[in-house]
Amino acid sequence: MSDTKTNPRGDERSDLGEAGAQLSTAPQEESAGAVPALGVLGWFRWCWRQLTSMRVALLLLLLLSLGAIPGSLIPQQGTDELKVQDFKDTHTTLAPLYEKLGLFHVYSSVWFSAIYILLFVSLIGCIVPRTWQFVGQLRGRPPAAPKRLTRLPAYTTWRTDASPEQVDEAALALLKRRRFRSHRVGGAVSAEKGYLREAGNLIFHVALIVMLIAFAAGQLFKSEGGKLIMEGDGFSNTLTQYDDFKSGNLFDIADLEPFSFKLDRFEGSYEVTGPQRGTARTFKAHVTYTEGADGPEKKKVVEVNKPLEINGTKAYLVGHGYAPKVTVRDGRGKVVYSASVPLLPIDSMGTATGAIKVLDGYRDKNGKPEQLGFNAFFVPTFAGDGMGQMFSQFPAPINPRLALSAYHGSLGVDSGVPQNVYQLDTRKMQKFKDANGELFKKRLKIGETMKLPNGAGSVTFERELKQWASFQISQEPGSGWALGGAVAAIAGLAGSLFIQRRRVWVRAQRGADGVTVVEMAGLGRSESAKVAEELAALAAELHDRAPSAPEAEPGTESEPGTEPESDPAPKADPKPKPDPQPEAAAAGSGTDGTAATDAPGPAAEDADDSAAEAAADGPAAKGSAPSGKGAPAPPSGTDPAPETTDPTPDVVPAEGAEK
Amino acid sequence: MTHATTVAAATNENLAHVSNVLIYSAMAVYLLAFFALMAEWLFGSRSKVARTAAALTTAGEAGAGAEGGAKAAAPAVTVRSQGGTATLERPKAAPAVVTRAAAGSRDVPDGPGAAAGDEQGDLYGRIAVSLIGLGFLVEAAGVVTRALSVERAPWGNMYEFNITFSTVAVGVFLALLALKKNVRWIGLPLITTILLDLGLAVTVLYTDSDQLVPALHSYWLWIHVSTAIFCGAAFYVGAVSTAAYLFKDSYEAKLQRGGTPGRFATSVMERLPASASLDKFTYRMNAAIFPLWTFTIIAGAIWAGDAWGRYWGWDPKEVWSFITWVAYACYLHARATAGWKGRKAAYLALIAFGCWLFNYYGVNIFVSGKHSYAGV
Ligand code: HEM
Repeated sequence: MSDTKTNPRGDERSDLGEAGAQLSTAPQEESAGAVPALGVLGWFRWCWRQLTSMRVALLLLLLLSLGAIPGSLIPQQGTDELKVQDFKDTHTTLAPLYEKLGLFHVYSSVWFSAIYILLFVSLIGCIVPRTWQFVGQLRGRPPAAPKRLTRLPAYTTWRTDASPEQVDEAALALLKRRRFRSHRVGGAVSAEKGYLREAGNLIFHVALIVMLIAFAAGQLFKSEGGKLIMEGDGFSNTLTQYDDFKSGNLFDIADLEPFSFKLDRFEGSYEVTGPQRGTARTFKAHVTYTEGADGPEKKKVVEVNKPLEINGTKAYLVGHGYAPKVTVRDGRGKVVYSASVPLLPIDSMGTATGAIKVLDGYRDKNGKPEQLGFNAFFVPTFAGDGMGQMFSQFPAPINPRLALSAYHGSLGVDSGVPQNVYQLDTRKMQKFKDANGELFKKRLKIGETMKLPNGAGSVTFERELKQWASFQISQEPGSGWALGGAVAAIAGLAGSLFIQRRRVWVRAQRGADGVTVVEMAGLGRSESAKVAEELAALAAELHDRAPSAPEAEPGTESEPGTEPESDPAPKADPKPKPDPQPEAAAAGSGTDGTAATDAPGPAAEDADDSAAEAAADGPAAKGSAPSGKGAPAPPSGTDPAPETTDPTPDVVPAEGAEK
Repeated sequence: MTHATTVAAATNENLAHVSNVLIYSAMAVYLLAFFALMAEWLFGSRSKVARTAAALTTAGEAGAGAEGGAKAAAPAVTVRSQGGTATLERPKAAPAVVTRAAAGSRDVPDGPGAAAGDEQGDLYGRIAVSLIGLGFLVEAAGVVTRALSVERAPWGNMYEFNITFSTVAVGVFLALLALKKNVRWIGLPLITTILLDLGLAVTVLYTDSDQLVPALHSYWLWIHVSTAIFCGAAFYVGAVSTAAYLFKDSYEAKLQRGGTPGRFATSVMERLPASASLDKFTYRMNAAIFPLWTFTIIAGAIWAGDAWGRYWGWDPKEVWSFITWVAYACYLHARATAGWKGRKAAYLALIAFGCWLFNYYGVNIFVSGKHSYAGV
């Protein structure tokens, strides 16, 4: 696979000399097999280089995606505890193994964390040097033209009567106007554009780090609690008011945002016809809230996708249900209990269950204090008597029924063990028995009253059916940063993928016959038709300023297949041979050396080298006379002249979105 | 009783019915287009072209028998319209720009397309494109009436998602054609799968038109799902061209090694664009869509934050969007990593699209999570 089709970057560049270098800040690949020879430090540096190489980044990315898969197929603790338990019960041999591998909490497991931490170390190790390199490139200047412009992906040439100096002037002005960074070096004009690509790419990778940190911070500092509120009741944001509460490791109770709100009314609407009859359509919780300890009261409708938001703390509507009002009287008719009892829905039609607990105040017919307990089963819309089981037919309360079964004795609430308010602990209770000796149960219409056996009292299902809504109140700092990071990531990515970094060179030299030969060439980071199009547009403009010499034919097409290829550059050689005396040559030809030498770092070296090469090339090019056909003789005798074998130039290659 | 239950408006059954008729009509039109495309390929097979082999042999001679990277040095300063090799002539006497293929890629011209210059084939091809255009309009009308009938965006369940997805995929194809991209050859594989997709939609996945559960009422839904559908459609076109690249590349490699591919392979492969063009097209599709896919996931996270109180919770759908995203990032990285270009990167692109598909079908069907709502 890697033999014929792929071509490591190094080869491509060697073909173009240093002119193609520094077009991006991607690290050069070195073969993974190069094992270090030096001691600990050498090993360390070798490991670091491996870790920050593109190949390892790619492998880590692949691992990350593979590692994420099991978490989507195996039930996860954070998301669905019930399913995890289920899985553990049914797969008794597999479960312990999974447990050991952390497969029930993949995304916080050691190995998954290891992958992404390595990836992000690698990412940082990659970004830092690339940023420096990029800064160096920004401070440097575009490198000098390669010796043979004909070898670049896009090339054009013509002969003109304008002097080389005039052409250079015009080219510089033109390129500057087109926002190229351009200067004259090594007897040619070098220009470059599209630095934003690199900037975008760096921003993208930095944004990934920002997002990760924001995500981690959010997990550490977050708090999340649930609260069930009945219509007419309120909540204020302190720890004691929550039904359940969990928080990240670094959360501090003092961080709870002070606010309170009251549920005025809950409103739900449901599909009434069709196969999806009963499917919920809208849920609205009408609330009145105050910010701070005693701010002004404000009203708001909280919906499923529209939480109540106070200073970064959000209260989401997560559930709702009914709370039938029940009044319990003792044998003498004294009211011992009267309250709306929230029941938990067990299906989407509003069927709900719960418990009614009469803790104190009740005395049996002998005057002895006792506790009462009722299992409650509620349906908002009853199908009708004799219609099998009592399950709701519709979620709105069209024909509500409340079924109760009654117990007396001790509810066991003082045993110290926290109790579930929706469940009755009947271990220390006795059943009320009906005439057949069975558990006493009754199904009540709204407004109905049932009498407990033996004059033990009565229970009334009042004509007041309240609803409740449950809220999840969460605070997750860092989500602003995560969002900012995400936006920056997209912007950076767009820059990185849509902007093309490219270079243009213009070289004007006087041929032996005194006519100036203009050569222009373009190079993009990856080949793209746009580079050629842009070069054509630039050439057309420059051509206006330096029109073709009269004897030159328009179009400057040479004959097909003029010279066969006999490229001397061996492919195995990754870099062009260094010029033996770059300094001397550069100085001798009197090129614009200052621009090249003030560029720092590697960019400077490149520019130097190629300036020297270009300069050394100069005399040779001058020596060979351009052919009368209009195309100049290539600067190197062995290089082929452009050939045009196909007269139909209108077939433009397929391309999707432009890079 | 303080409950306040307003009763939702009944859906407009009539419009829903019209929508169904339109979707079936679109299927019929696509079926005709499918036959026209088949005719185009069949007639096109009459012309015997062997441009690839010719190009490879001439290049081989010129390159003095060198293999692989040495082809970099081929005298390919030609005006052949192979991936990236093109001449752009300016009006006036302006000079022509000559481009050459990058080092290391084969200098192979693009195939002439399904009709291969055969007049009758071309006629059928044009008919097919017109039919596809018509089918697109009919199907789009079907999607719009469906949306009107439920008074919301038409992607509340998998049936609606499927019909919207196929409409958008056809739309992407037509848009690329309108932009004069060399994609007409995609027509046959595309329409084949569109027909399968619609067949699946109207049989297995059909859900009566209905409204959304409250969690789906959000303008982020519009943004998130519409971009998700668009990304999927564009990724799909990219995946088709990746597959074509892999075939064409092995075909070219076989020729280069001096092998003789079968008659059928030759006939089909000669008409496809060059592998380098296909590779580049794939890259551009995927690279252009990747930022949008990133945006889709972020929009989804924002929506999840509003609906469920956490913006990221490793729900299976979220996990698979993430996996898809990382897989496409792998592909993009592979393109920039030595030794991973070409076929290896192409395999990654296919895997990435596979992840997208699994996220769409697999997760809904095999995995239960928060993303299952009405019907399927
Ligand atoms: C962890 C180590 C990482 C390294 C060393 C790294 C390195 C690079 C480099 C050097 C490029 C530029 C390629 C070029 O100029 O052609 C690049 C591009 C890119 N990287 Fe990364 N990256 C890393 C992590 C990531 C991650 C985690 C992602 C996202 C999931 C990512 C997504 C991308 C994308 C989308 C591009 C653009 C590809 C292109 O220009 O064709 N990178 N990366």
